[in-house]
Amino acid sequence: MFNNGIVQPLWYNGPSPGQFYNFPGYANNGNMKQCHETNNSDSTRSTAMITTGSSVLGIKFDQGVLIAADTLVSYGSLSRFQNIDRIFKINDNIIMGGGGDFADIQSIMRSIDQKMIEDQCYADNIAMRPKALATWMTRVLYNRRSRMNPLFIDVVIGGIDENNEPYLANVDLRGRAFSDYVVSTGFARHLALPLVREKKPADRDFTLEEASELIRQCMEVLYYRDTKNSSQYTVGVCKVKDSTSNQCDVEGPFQVDEKWSFAKMVKGY
Amino acid sequence: MSTIGTGYDLSASQFSPDGRVFQIDYASKAVEKSGTVIGLRGKDSVVLAVEKIITSKLYEADAAGRIFTIEKNIGMAVAGLTADGNFVADIARQEAANFRQQFAHTIPLKHLCDRVSAYVHAYTLYSAVRPFGLSILLASWDEVDGPQLFKIEPSGSSFGYYACASGKAKQQAKTEMEKYKFTDMATEELVKSAGKIIYQVHDDLKDKEFRYEMGLVGKDTNGLHCINPEPWLTSAVKAGHDAKNEEDSDNDI
Amino acid sequence: MSFLSIDHFSDYKVHGAQRPDFSPYESNGGSIVAIAGDDFAVIAADTRLSSGYSIHSRTQTKLFQLSPLTVLGSTGCWCDTLSLTSLMRVRMQMYEHTHLRTMTTDAVAQMLSITMYNRRFFPYYVSNILAGIDKNGKGVVFSYDPIGHCENAKCRAGGTAGPLLQPVLDNQIQLKNMNLDEKDKPILTKERAVSVASDTFISAAERDIYTGDFVEIKIITKDGIESMTINLRKD
Repeated sequence: MFNNGIVQPLWYNGPSPGQFYNFPGYANNGNMKQCHETNNSDSTRSTAMITTGSSVLGIKFDQGVLIAADTLVSYGSLSRFQNIDRIFKINDNIIMGGGGDFADIQSIMRSIDQKMIEDQCYADNIAMRPKALATWMTRVLYNRRSRMNPLFIDVVIGGIDENNEPYLANVDLRGRAFSDYVVSTGFARHLALPLVREKKPADRDFTLEEASELIRQCMEVLYYRDTKNSSQYTVGVCKVKDSTSNQCDVEGPFQVDEKWSFAKMVKGY
Repeated sequence: MSTIGTGYDLSASQFSPDGRVFQIDYASKAVEKSGTVIGLRGKDSVVLAVEKIITSKLYEADAAGRIFTIEKNIGMAVAGLTADGNFVADIARQEAANFRQQFAHTIPLKHLCDRVSAYVHAYTLYSAVRPFGLSILLASWDEVDGPQLFKIEPSGSSFGYYACASGKAKQQAKTEMEKYKFTDMATEELVKSAGKIIYQVHDDLKDKEFRYEMGLVGKDTNGLHCINPEPWLTSAVKAGHDAKNEEDSDNDI
Repeated sequence: MSFLSIDHFSDYKVHGAQRPDFSPYESNGGSIVAIAGDDFAVIAADTRLSSGYSIHSRTQTKLFQLSPLTVLGSTGCWCDTLSLTSLMRVRMQMYEHTHLRTMTTDAVAQMLSITMYNRRFFPYYVSNILAGIDKNGKGVVFSYDPIGHCENAKCRAGGTAGPLLQPVLDNQIQLKNMNLDEKDKPILTKERAVSVASDTFISAAERDIYTGDFVEIKIITKDGIESMTINLRKD
């Protein structure tokens, strides 16, 4: 037990004799800290989402990816900010869509923007790829969740990878990540994902036309069925331009083609 | 400047009786030995150009670069000790990052220049440190302030310029610059002038080979600082070669 | 602080602000089956990644090839799986640089146990099964609990359908409760191991909503790893 004359604790990070172990972020009385409640070390942290963005939907097609989100940021059930772009161009290879707590999204975007400037300072003509960003995000988010101080965000990252193949992934607030031809967050997971999966041909990828038509349809469904969705949305497009370069743009805002003529037929409410 | 500091040159924290800090003068000497660097401020762009003297053929072409990107739209070029240059570039990047974190905005070049000058100046005050053997050129372009060009001396003093030069052929370069009117110059013309000046002031008797390196920031680069951007690099080098050849044929007659 | 807290001004509470009781853990489902033979090991896992009633992906592999002779199957909390497996990869690379040889399956098994126990008081919420060829050329399977208990086994099922599948394996592979004469006992060949593994998954997909889509089977021998994928129910 003696190491350079310093006694190492036998039970590192373990409970004291006769006591229960406390998970990180739990007060010593064993209750999870509530919002703004102080613990023994007099530190407070927020476990609440305040301003929130709703769904994000990403679809991969044969030579790129599309990521769409509406432009609404809610404050509880109030539609507080109605013209906020939640799709971000990161560089010529990466686009990202963010859902969840918008303050946390802005915070992580500040870090990402600074990373891109550092990337540019190297002046080596190597720009970051979506897989690298997604992996970095898992590490940031996993570390925050392990400290019981998570960033309440759910992001979709897409773009063109180093083999000039489209890449699309989702990273959530715990650092859970996976890659697929369609990923989504929020209500789109329940409302849009099945619509896209239904249309997927077994033997090939979507084309750009198919993917953008699906985005249009899904944003319409989300607007009709998700109360925290607005009729306005933006779409991030990242596609292969040629063998050496890619093109990323955030397009829109687009408007959902609203049809309310059926409303007068609805009875019985 | 006296050749010997007579005991007053050992520390940066001591004046000589006639009011000099010899360590700063020596730092300036280090700058004068370096390959020439120039900065030109045009209508909608700023160009930084460097005469990078190749001391050994064993180096890779892009080794020991003296132009740096500090922020999206800020470039920096140095004359003097390359290692000092790398260090100050990093300091400048941190300053820019820090400003961006606080204000979500690119640092104004005047502000960055003041911060870096203060840093360089601090290294002229203490006995435990030596001044940087550097002349630092900072260039930027944005929609609000347009093109901007600053130079920081080893003493830590800094000024804004329309055109400036440092290094070996500083005087020659300044003489050449006075022949032009850069303020109304478009990017293409500006870049060619930079090429001409660097190639003209290069002394191919003393230094055999050099590599022309260039930083450009302006409207035409979408407000991004680019190092050795095409097609401008090619046209600058071509203009340089042409000017040199013309000069040589003049000499033949 | 206490007499000026928001609770005393209930009219000013942010109406509808969500206060999720944050849990660092989440079950993302999935099952693993591994069978050790004489000179081979078979490990299989489904490819469904889900939480609750949502299927995130139908094509997420849960088998991690750590070396030419070792494959780790990992399910549970997917973010923990990602962290654990990438940490294992880093440590195995450090071992390779230090000792100039690849870690044996037995060494990986021990290291995995230690790596998991390091987080004794904030465990990786994962069900791990490690399969491979040991230093004597024999097929081996190790199974783990979330805090690093390691056990050598002949056959093991883990993950959400683990409790469902283990008795089937005991019966079919270890021939428990079979009452067979020695001469009638079937020999455990690669083919039999693969067919038992795929059958168990087809059955598991019928009863466990977290298991389905595809099953990925890896057959590990000293000559390399053979991989195959079989369709499962997708509902």
